[in-house]
Amino acid sequence: MTLAAAVKTLKIDGRDCSARPDETILDVARENKIFIPRMCQLEGLSTVGACRLCLVEVKGSNKLLPSCVTHVEEGMEVTTTSERLDQYRKMIVELMFTERNHICSVCVSNGHCELQTMAQKLDITHVRFPYRYPQAEVDASHDRFVIDHNRCILCTRCVRVCDEIEGAHTLDIMGRGIESRVITDLNQPWGSSETCTGCGKCVQVCPTGALVEQGRSVAEMEKRRNFLPYLTLMRGEHE
Amino acid sequence: MEQRRTIVIDPVTRIEGHSKITLHLDDQGRVEDARFHVTQFRGFEKFCEGRPFSEMPSLMARICGICPVSHLIASAKACDALLAVRIPPTADKLRRIFNLAQVVQSHALSLFHLSSPDLLLGMDADPAKSNLVGVLEKDPALARDGIELRKFGQQIIERLGGKRIHPAWVVPGGVSEPLSGADRDAILESVPEALAIALRTMEWFKGTMERFREEIATFGNFPTLFMGIVKKDGGLTFYDGDIRITDASVKVVADGLDPARYFDYIGEKVESWSYLKSAYYKPRGFPDGIYRVGPLARLNVADRCGTPRADQELAEFHELQRTAVLSSFHYHHARLIEILYCIERMEQLLTHAEILDKHVRAIARHNALEGVGVAEAPRGTLFHHYKIDEQGLVRWANLIIATGQNNLAMNRSVLQVAKHFVHGDRLTPGALNRVEAVIRAYDPCLSCSTHALGQMALRIQLLSPIGEVLDEVVRS
Repeated sequence: MTLAAAVKTLKIDGRDCSARPDETILDVARENKIFIPRMCQLEGLSTVGACRLCLVEVKGSNKLLPSCVTHVEEGMEVTTTSERLDQYRKMIVELMFTERNHICSVCVSNGHCELQTMAQKLDITHVRFPYRYPQAEVDASHDRFVIDHNRCILCTRCVRVCDEIEGAHTLDIMGRGIESRVITDLNQPWGSSETCTGCGKCVQVCPTGALVEQGRSVAEMEKRRNFLPYLTLMRGEHE
Repeated sequence: MEQRRTIVIDPVTRIEGHSKITLHLDDQGRVEDARFHVTQFRGFEKFCEGRPFSEMPSLMARICGICPVSHLIASAKACDALLAVRIPPTADKLRRIFNLAQVVQSHALSLFHLSSPDLLLGMDADPAKSNLVGVLEKDPALARDGIELRKFGQQIIERLGGKRIHPAWVVPGGVSEPLSGADRDAILESVPEALAIALRTMEWFKGTMERFREEIATFGNFPTLFMGIVKKDGGLTFYDGDIRITDASVKVVADGLDPARYFDYIGEKVESWSYLKSAYYKPRGFPDGIYRVGPLARLNVADRCGTPRADQELAEFHELQRTAVLSSFHYHHARLIEILYCIERMEQLLTHAEILDKHVRAIARHNALEGVGVAEAPRGTLFHHYKIDEQGLVRWANLIIATGQNNLAMNRSVLQVAKHFVHGDRLTPGALNRVEAVIRAYDPCLSCSTHALGQMALRIQLLSPIGEVLDEVVRS
C-alpha cells in the first residue's frame, strides 16, 4: 500500500484534516489544535473511553461517538462542539461532582485540578443534580502517598499507569457501577501492599486530589505529568 | 394572673453571625433576666474527622471569613505540635506579622463598620441612618479612615498569603512561601499612613467618651476574671505565650499556665437555649468562674505592650478605672490601642534582618498523636486541639473560641444594660440599640464560636407567658 493510500482525509468542525489509519479522532483533533474535553484519556496511556466527555458528532451516525477510541475513516465529518454536546458534557462533569465529596476550597489540589479546570472551561456555575455524599475513606497508610476516595472520579489513569508503565499492577478497580472503588492489591491498606514500588506515577497522573503526596496542605499539590510522553517515547525507541 | 412577659430581639444586627436576645420581664414590667441566644450551628469539630491533619489549617480557616487568619495560626500551631518540630525563626516572624495584620483589619471592621454609627451618631440615632453610610454622610473622613485601615490590614494579608480571605499560606511547619523584598518594602511604605489613622482615630474616640458616661457605667461594668496569653516578661503578645488570669483588682490569679493544658482550668457548659457553650475558669466553678477575653482582657492582663506609642496609650487606659478596666464599653478603646501596637510591632518585625530568609518551612511527618495550638485572635484566646491516628488522620478535634469565653459576660452585660435602659413592655429604639450595642462591644463572632452570615434584619417580639405575640416590630 502506498503512503498516499494510507492517509485518511476527514473534516473536523469543517476543517480538512489528514490522518494515519491508526489514529483516533482525538489524536487528529489534538494535532490540529482543536480542543475536545476529556478526563480519562492521557497521552502515553492506553485509552478506555470511560469518562465520555470526548463524545463527538459524526455525520451519518445518530450515536455520539467517544473520540478517544474512535478511529478515523475516510471522508468522516466530525463536529466537536454543539449545543447537544455541551449539554451532555456539562451533565457528565456535574455528575462527577455529585458522585463523591469534591470540596474545592479545602482540597489539596485546589487551583491545580483537572476536574475543577474542566468545570470552569465548560462554564459550570452550579450542579443541577443532588449530591450523593457517600461515606468514603482516606487511606494514608503509605509512607509517601495518600488516596482520598472522596475526590476520585474513577478515570482509571492510575490503574493504567501502574500496569502499563510501571508494570506493577498494584492498583485496580473493585465493585461495579457507582460502587466502584480503586483498590491496592487485594483491597488492603496501601501501606501494606507488597507490589507497590512507591514510584508515585499514579499520583502524578491523577487528575484530581484523590492521589496526593503525604503532608501536602490545601492548594499545594501540583502534578507533574510531562514525564509520561517522554517515558513512552524513550521506551519505544529502546524496543 | 401573673403578667410575666418576654421581649425577643431577633436577630441582633451589626454583629458577625446569627443571634437573638430575649428579655424576661417581671409582673411590674421590669427586666429580671436576659439571655443572648446564638441560633446558628456549624459542626466543624465533627466533619474534620478522618481528614489528613496537613489539611487542617485551611479547612479550619473556613470557619470564618473575618478572622480566617486566627484559625490558620492556631490550627497550624496545633499541627506544629503534631509534627513536633520547631518552625524556622523567619516563619515564626512571618506568621506573627500575618496575625497582627489580621487583628488590625478585624478591629477596624468592628470599630468603624459595626460600632462607629453608635459612637458617632449616638445610641438614639435613627436606625435607618445608623450604619456606615450614615457615618459617611456625617463624617466622611472618619469613614474613609476606617475603610483605609481595614484595607491596610487586608493588603498585608494578601501580600503575604496570596489572597485576602482564606489564604492557604500558613502550613504545618511554617509558611509555604518566603516574603519578597518588594512586598516587604510595599508594606513598610504603607505603615506611616496606617499609624496616622490609628492616632487620629484614638484622639477622636477619646473625645467622644464623655458622651457615653451612662453607657460606660452600665455596659458590662462588673467584676470578672480576665484571661489572655502573655510573653514570659508579661508583655502583650498575639502569637505565643503562657496563659495569665487576673481579677477585677488586677491581682494575678494564675500565671504561667500551659496553654496546651487548657482543659485543666477551662470548663465549658452547655445551655439548652443556645448553640454557644459558656466557658468558665474551673477552679471557681460555674458561673463564678466567669472571665473575659479579647482586647479589654489582654490589656488588663499584660504588664506592657512593648511598643512606644501603644505603651503610652496603655498607661492612660489603666487610669480609666481604679480597678482593672471593667466596663465592656472600653473594649472599643482597647481595640484602638491594640491597632496601634499591631502596626508598631509589624514595623519592628518587617525590619528584622532575617525577615526575607528563604527557609520558612520545617518538613516532617507527624511525630506526636496529639497537639494543641493557641493564639490570640482579635476577639480573644483561641484554642485548637487535635488528636490523630498513626496514619495522620484527624480522629478528634476540640476548639475553644473567644466568643464562647465571653458568653457569660455577654449575657450578664445584656442584663445590666436592659435593667438600666428598658422600662415597661415597649422597647424604645434607643434602648433596643443599647442592648445590641453592648453585644457589639464584645465584637462576637458567632460563625466562629459555633464552629454563617446572612440577612441582618431585626425582629422584635413581645410574648405573653403562653407564647402569644403581644407586639411585633420588624425592621429590615
